[in-house]
Amino acid sequence: MSDGGNRPSGEELLEIYRRMVLTRRLEEALGRLHKAGKTRGPIHRCDGQEAVGIGACAALEPGDIVTSTHRGHAHHIGKGLGVVPILAEILGRASGACGGKAGHMLIADRGQGLLGGCGIVGGAQPIAIGQALALQCQEKDGVVLTFFGDGAAQIGGCHEAMNLAGLWKLPVIFFCEHNEYGLTVAAEQQSAVPDLASRAAGYAMPGVQIDGNDAQAVFKATASAAARARRGEGPSLIEARTYRATGFSTSDVGGYQSEEELAAWRAKDPILRLRAQLVDAAGEAALEEMERAAAEEVEAAVKTALAAPVPERVERAEYVDA
Amino acid sequence: MRELRYAEALQEALIQEMARDPSVILFGEDVGQYGGVFKVTAGLQERFGESRVRDTPISEQAIAGMAVGASMLGMKPVAEIMYVDFLPLAMDQLVNQASVLPAIWNGQVTLPFVLRTQGGAGAGAGAQHSKSLEAWVAHIPGIKVVMPATPADAKGLLTAAIRDPNPVVFIEHKFLYNSRGPVPEGEHLEAIGPAVVRRQGSDVTLVASSRMVLEALSAAEHLAGEGIAAEVIDVRTLRPLDGDCLAASIAKTHRAVVVNEGWRFCGYGAELAATINEVAFGWLDAPVERLGGQDRPIPFAQDLELASIPDAEAIVAAAKRSLA
Repeated sequence: MSDGGNRPSGEELLEIYRRMVLTRRLEEALGRLHKAGKTRGPIHRCDGQEAVGIGACAALEPGDIVTSTHRGHAHHIGKGLGVVPILAEILGRASGACGGKAGHMLIADRGQGLLGGCGIVGGAQPIAIGQALALQCQEKDGVVLTFFGDGAAQIGGCHEAMNLAGLWKLPVIFFCEHNEYGLTVAAEQQSAVPDLASRAAGYAMPGVQIDGNDAQAVFKATASAAARARRGEGPSLIEARTYRATGFSTSDVGGYQSEEELAAWRAKDPILRLRAQLVDAAGEAALEEMERAAAEEVEAAVKTALAAPVPERVERAEYVDA
Repeated sequence: MRELRYAEALQEALIQEMARDPSVILFGEDVGQYGGVFKVTAGLQERFGESRVRDTPISEQAIAGMAVGASMLGMKPVAEIMYVDFLPLAMDQLVNQASVLPAIWNGQVTLPFVLRTQGGAGAGAGAQHSKSLEAWVAHIPGIKVVMPATPADAKGLLTAAIRDPNPVVFIEHKFLYNSRGPVPEGEHLEAIGPAVVRRQGSDVTLVASSRMVLEALSAAEHLAGEGIAAEVIDVRTLRPLDGDCLAASIAKTHRAVVVNEGWRFCGYGAELAATINEVAFGWLDAPVERLGGQDRPIPFAQDLELASIPDAEAIVAAAKRSLA
């Protein structure tokens, strides 16, 4: 992290940009692979939400823990996983991050502190406070950041976890990635309050609402919450307002978002926005080179992952011995 | 050997393991200052401090989830769900998280936690505090399920559960807490897995767990008076189930009665009966008799409540049917 003001350095900001572009190219490649019939099961793309996952993870230290969601590709890349193990896992290959057992919703990488994906909405928050409890008991400096959505914000386990974290001052950041929809149901039809950050007051923690399409705002809010947790002052709630630009999943046929709404959010694209902030200092040529390299990295990863072997058909259940 | 109550034996296991391993922590409803509603954790907060022995809010999903998360990062939580009737509130964490993550994350994590709870009918606690839901958790791959019937096993199996690298659901019985029996001093480990023969016999095998072992022993005593030698097996660990022990016994007796306090339909008795058919069919001279709880919510009035679960008399009758 750069300075005490919780701002990313110029170098950090460029890396945030690179990873956001990498994530977008990955999502686009997954869309193509799905259309070509090369993926199995639903894929939940995070196009439009890259500033959240990448910006938040960039504000953490390498030893910090992140729990992800069913829409986690920006979290994975944010925590430093390579595109190849992510893609190989999504394609069910033995060389995937979890040997092809997890699929795209449950990716974890202990070495990178990603523990991990969760396909049960709101299922990870009780786990995250347990991880934070371990760090507290072990007197470690680490923090846990748990991503969840405006959908998960309505489930009981999420509230139980926030209450306990506030009560025990656990080093955890509740990071609500508010993308306006729980599957097809709009947030205003799911929540009694429009402002989810206000929930923090009920759990003795600070709550802030930020623009989730502004990578710098995401970084600053996360760095500030992480510093608070490291000081032993307990949890924070961050509500980042963003938008799920490509629908719930590859099986979403749409029809519940208006064209005006989609156009308005496209105009707020987090990648274009950060690019405009960076171009003067970094230069057009450098950004283009970075974008070209990201696209090439993803295309090469697609080839590598598609060529990788699938797991052996029969595998002993080594880790399930009960 | 000195005798302890079942609750004291459990407490001794907790004290010894907490003294031995600083990563063992306890949390749950009323387990701290009050010492647990059945007094199993009495005095432990005073002894080991408020950081290691924590009272939680009434938040079963968070209790189970914390056990998953804390064990993932090197702690050995012993979490308590006060009544097994409350376990359904925590089921997502067992069936979708604890069972799933070690395997699906390809061995990147182990989850060495214990979820202690207690069940059973007969105390007049009504339909929401008297159930036996072991079949719910025994159904889940990756989770071990232990139900001690004696004070010695309470200590030995809880010690083993705490040291086990897998999630263990450890189900006590509210009617056993005051039962007394010999308990070894010092370190006492009973392996999770093997069943044990509590009484030798040659005419019929009675298979039970938890408090039903006592009913089976009582039934065996009664049957002995009628010249029938019943063998009593305490399965002790419902998952993994020791099929070899069942097979060895039935090879000798050729008859089996399985007893479980939980609801009969899709209950643990069904697993016992099916396993016996798989491992001992050739030796059977009669169909397996299956006893379980009545398939209804447990009523409050005493006579109705007691009629809801198997007892020694029902086991005797089943054994005689098997021998007819």
